[in-house]
Amino acid sequence: MIKRVLYVVALPAVLFGAWFVLSDNSESFYSPPLRDILTAFGDTWSADRLRADVVPSLLRLFAGYLLAAVIGVALGVAIGLNRRLRATVEPVLEFFRAIPPPVLVPVIMLFAGIGDGMKVIVIVFGCIWPILLNTVEGVRAVDSVVLDTARAYGVTGPARLTKVILPSAGPQIAAGLRQALSIAIILMVISEMFAASNGLGFTIVQFQRSFAIPEMWSGIILLGLLGFVLSLLFRLAEQRALRWYEGLRAAQRQG
Amino acid sequence: MLEVKGLRKVYRSGSREVEALRDLTFTVDNGDMVCLVGPSGCGKTTLLRCISGLLDPTGGDVRVNGKAVDGPPPGMAVVFQEYGRSLFPWMSVRDNVELPLKQKKVARSRRRELVDEALDAVGLTGTESAYPWQLSGGMQQRVAIARAVAYEPQTLLMDEPFAAVDAQTRADLEDLVRSLWKRLNVTILFVTHDIDESVYLGQRVVMLSSSPTVVQDELIIDLPAERDQLHTRADPRFVELRTRVYEQIQLAKKAAR
Repeated sequence: MIKRVLYVVALPAVLFGAWFVLSDNSESFYSPPLRDILTAFGDTWSADRLRADVVPSLLRLFAGYLLAAVIGVALGVAIGLNRRLRATVEPVLEFFRAIPPPVLVPVIMLFAGIGDGMKVIVIVFGCIWPILLNTVEGVRAVDSVVLDTARAYGVTGPARLTKVILPSAGPQIAAGLRQALSIAIILMVISEMFAASNGLGFTIVQFQRSFAIPEMWSGIILLGLLGFVLSLLFRLAEQRALRWYEGLRAAQRQG
Repeated sequence: MLEVKGLRKVYRSGSREVEALRDLTFTVDNGDMVCLVGPSGCGKTTLLRCISGLLDPTGGDVRVNGKAVDGPPPGMAVVFQEYGRSLFPWMSVRDNVELPLKQKKVARSRRRELVDEALDAVGLTGTESAYPWQLSGGMQQRVAIARAVAYEPQTLLMDEPFAAVDAQTRADLEDLVRSLWKRLNVTILFVTHDIDESVYLGQRVVMLSSSPTVVQDELIIDLPAERDQLHTRADPRFVELRTRVYEQIQLAKKAAR
């Protein structure tokens, strides 16, 4: 256990330490010493500021992410189960997926204004694709023997979906959700940089424009930490939900 | 009663046609145990999928107690060859056995009873909360058998259920199937490629030809009902019967060439 923690912490500690030492007598205005940045971090990210800027960002992030997850999984199951539907929509999906989502921010702004709705839509539009496409693949890959078994034992209708198809596609859906999470964070920041009156992205741009450079850097560090914590939480949830899958794979490796 | 009449199955892909089953006719009376044996690749699995309603035949029909099969009939349970893929790895042993009963809307207390009885019958009491992949191959196939038993079927189809387990486990599982059959009074259709197994288990053996498949021959197994691995297999009558089956299978293979 201690060894594992050491492995996780060692490289970040070295990198941070190196940054601290190498930047310590930096004269550059744009890359101030880490010492100053850390001081600014404490001063800048007070409870008030967290409430005013970080909480709105997180709410947008979760709203967009959850919406994308629900729509992506629902559509993915429908497309995955229906060959004709898949043949019809797949080329269109590939086209939409190929559009870099930040490009759509100005367009979506025209329709949805510059409020929270716009940001949520941007996040949904960007991170739905990995969820959708992975769900389609996962549903298509459900073992034919599993499907035969379900049919032979009268497992049909809603139970077929919730007890057979979704669990079986679960590992692949989780892979899509994991990719989508990092995309969602990126889009949260970008959408706030375009037009917002609060939020992490907005605040970082504000700092940059007012030449509050250590504060700007501290915001970037905060974003990094946020992404790290979110992916850690995701991994924990995934491990819980897919414990059977890890076990199955370990058993297969042994056998 | 299970009736298979003039069953034919042709697979089509593009302009290519493969005739898997040509013309199969046989019946299994209620409470009988009949083994289907044939050379490898003779379309046994296709036949079983047609009988269980998972596959539509091209011609002919299958009737269970006089009712034509179109889709999996209620009261029929299937044990598949690939136990590792047929049990759901995301569910515990108990949930695997219980799920079909939930779908049949069996009351909770009765479900509990059925699951416990079935697991007890296959000798797996105490593994309820384990996942299938935590068990050995033979135990997994026992879970699959328990699932079929708990379903309280009138007809039980078994598709080479012991092809993937080792020889000793296989002998145990054969005895298990015999004892369950006698106790539960179900009709069993047992598909296998193992000639000894078919003679040891069945009251009757139906021999299939190579693909495109027809019924090559049928043989009544007039061994005593009490069978055990040691004595039955050494019985001169057993050896005689297995030789008969073996000859027919060899004939079927030669005819194919």
